[in-house]
Amino acid sequence: MTDLEHQQPAEDHAPLPVDPAPALLADAAGVSHLERVGEDDDGRSLRKPLGVSFWLAVVWLAVVGIAGAFAAFLPTADPNAIDIPAKLADPFSAGHPLGTDGLGRDILARLVDGARVSLSVSLTAVAVGLIVGGLLGTLAGYVRGLFDVLFVAAINVMLAFPAIVLLLALVSVLEQSLMNISLVIGVLSVPIYARVARANALAVSERDYVLAARAIGATGTRILFREILPVVLKPLLAFGLTALGVVIVAEGTLAFLGLSVEPPAATWGSMIAEGRRHDETHLHVVLLPSLVMFLTVLSFNFVGEALRARFADLDAKV
Amino acid sequence: MSVLRRIAGRLVVLAAVLLAVSFLTFAMLNVLGGDPALAIVGADNADPETLDQVREELGLNDSFLEQYTSWVGGVLEGDLGRSYKTKQPVAEAIGERVPVTAQVGLLAIVLALVLAVPLAVWTAYRSGTKVDKGASVATFGLLSIPNFLLAYWLGYLVSVQLGWLPRSGWVRLSADPVGNLKTALLPALSLAIAEMAVYTRILRSDIIQTLQEDYLLLARAKGLSTRRILFAHALRPSTLSLMTVIGVQFGALIGGSIIVEQIFALPGMGSYLLNAIYERDYIVVQGVVLVIAASFVIVNFAVDIAYRLLDPRIKV
Repeated sequence: MTDLEHQQPAEDHAPLPVDPAPALLADAAGVSHLERVGEDDDGRSLRKPLGVSFWLAVVWLAVVGIAGAFAAFLPTADPNAIDIPAKLADPFSAGHPLGTDGLGRDILARLVDGARVSLSVSLTAVAVGLIVGGLLGTLAGYVRGLFDVLFVAAINVMLAFPAIVLLLALVSVLEQSLMNISLVIGVLSVPIYARVARANALAVSERDYVLAARAIGATGTRILFREILPVVLKPLLAFGLTALGVVIVAEGTLAFLGLSVEPPAATWGSMIAEGRRHDETHLHVVLLPSLVMFLTVLSFNFVGEALRARFADLDAKV
Repeated sequence: MSVLRRIAGRLVVLAAVLLAVSFLTFAMLNVLGGDPALAIVGADNADPETLDQVREELGLNDSFLEQYTSWVGGVLEGDLGRSYKTKQPVAEAIGERVPVTAQVGLLAIVLALVLAVPLAVWTAYRSGTKVDKGASVATFGLLSIPNFLLAYWLGYLVSVQLGWLPRSGWVRLSADPVGNLKTALLPALSLAIAEMAVYTRILRSDIIQTLQEDYLLLARAKGLSTRRILFAHALRPSTLSLMTVIGVQFGALIGGSIIVEQIFALPGMGSYLLNAIYERDYIVVQGVVLVIAASFVIVNFAVDIAYRLLDPRIKV
C-alpha cells in the first residue's frame, strides 16, 4: 500500500515555511506547524486535488452512512417481514425496488438494516481500538523504558495469532451480540493501532519542538497531550478510516460463517451466505449485498489511503 | 561463533513467545469457554453427579494453573487431548488435515509468485506509465475484495458459469493427482489473488529502488539486455522484503484458508476449526488455535533468520 507516494509528483511539494518561530512556541506547536505546511502565503492549498474517484467514494460512504444511521426512519419495508408468496421477486417489482430474498423479505430494507449493523460494529470497534491502542502506544513511545519493553512483548504475543483465528476463537466462547462482536474486534485491533501510535510517538519525541517545550518547563503530561498526541492522531485517524473497511470485512466474514449477530437480524454477510442458495436461478439475491459490501470497503480503503498519503506527505516536510 | 550465539538468543525469545501464546490460548478458552463438562454431557441430561464425575475425569476440579501445566505437558509430548464430541485425539485429526491445508497454501504461494514477479518487474521498469498506474489500481481493487466474496464469486464464475472445475469437494493427491489438482486449484487461486496483489506492490517498490543503484547503470553501460538487467541483476537484491512479507502473510493465508475451506468444502485445518467452533468443542479449538499460532510464529522466525543469513549487509 506504499506506492501512492510514488504517484505524487515532486513539484507538488510545498516549500517548508521559512519562518521557524511559530514551531518553537510550545503551545500547540505541532498543530500550527502542520497546518502551515502545504499552504501558500494567502493560505490557499498547494496540494494536488483529491480527484473525482475520491469524491465518488465519499459520496458512496455518505449514502451508506445516512442509510445506516436513519435506518429506522426511512420509508423502507420491515427488513424481517417474511412473505413467502412474494419470495425471490426480481428487482424493480411492485413494492420491492431491489426484489426479495428466499423468504420474501425486502432486499433494499435488509441492505439498509445491514448498513446499520456494519456501521455500528465498525464505528464501535474502531473507536475502541483507536482510543485504547492510540493512548497506550503513544505512552509507550514517549516514556520508553520497562513499560515500553513489556508493552512491545505483549503486542507481539497478540500479533502471533492470525487475526481471524483469534477472532473466531473469541467469538465462539462469547454470546453473539452486536456489542460483543464490536468489542472483540475492537480489542483485537488494539495492538495494530498501538504499533502505529508508538512508532509515530517515538519519532515525534525526538523533534526539536518537543525539546523546546521541555526546555521552557512544560510537564510530561502536558508534552504528551499537547505536543505529541495531536501529531500522532492524524496518521492514526487516517489508519482508522481504512480500518473501518477492515472491520466491515471482519464482521461480514463472521456473518458469512454464521458467527455474527443471531438471525433473523440482517447483515450484509448473512445476506450473502443465504443468497448463495439461489445463485443458479436468482443471482440478484447474492449479487446486491456483495456489491454493496465491496463498494463500501473499496471506498473506505480509497479515502483512507488518499488521506494517509497526504499525511505522509506532510510528515515528510515537517 | 557470535552468529550462533545470537541465533541461540533468538531461540530463547522464540520459546518465550511460544509459551506466552500457549498460555493465552488456554486462558482464553478456559476462562471464557464455559463449562466443558456441560458441553460433553449436554444440557438435557445434566444431573449434578454425572457432571461432577466428568469434571473429575477431565481434571476440571484442579486449579487453573494445574490444568494449564498438565495441558502444556501433554502438548510437549504431542498430546493435544481428545475431542469432546468424537473422542478422536486432536493431534491425530490435525495430522490428517494438515496436508490438505498445506497443499492448498503452498499452491497459493506458488501461483501468487508466478503472477506477481513478472508483473512487479514490468510495472517497476515502466513505473509512472499508464500500464503501471493501471496495475496499481487493479491490485488496489483486488485488495478491497473481502476474502470470502472473492472465493465465492470465483467459484461461481469458474464452476457454475463456465463449468470448468468442480465447485466443491476434495480428491486426495495419492488417489488421483489430476483430480486433486482440479479440486485444489480454485481454493488456491482464491487465496493467491490477494497474496499476488500484496507481493506485487512490495516487490515493485523495492525494484524501483534497486534500479537507482550504480551497478545497474554499469550493467546498462556494458550493453546488457534490459531483460537480463531486470531479471538477473535487479530482481534478486529486491526480494528481501518480499520474503518477510511472505512470512507475515502466512497468517493471512491461514486465516483465508479457514474461509476458503468452508466455501469449497475441503477437509483441512480450517474446516476442522470451524466445525469445532460450531459444536463448541473447545478442546479442539484450543488445540488448533495453538498449532496455527505456533506455526505462524515459527515460520516468521525462520524467515527472519533466513533473511539475515541471505543478506550480508544485516547482522543476525
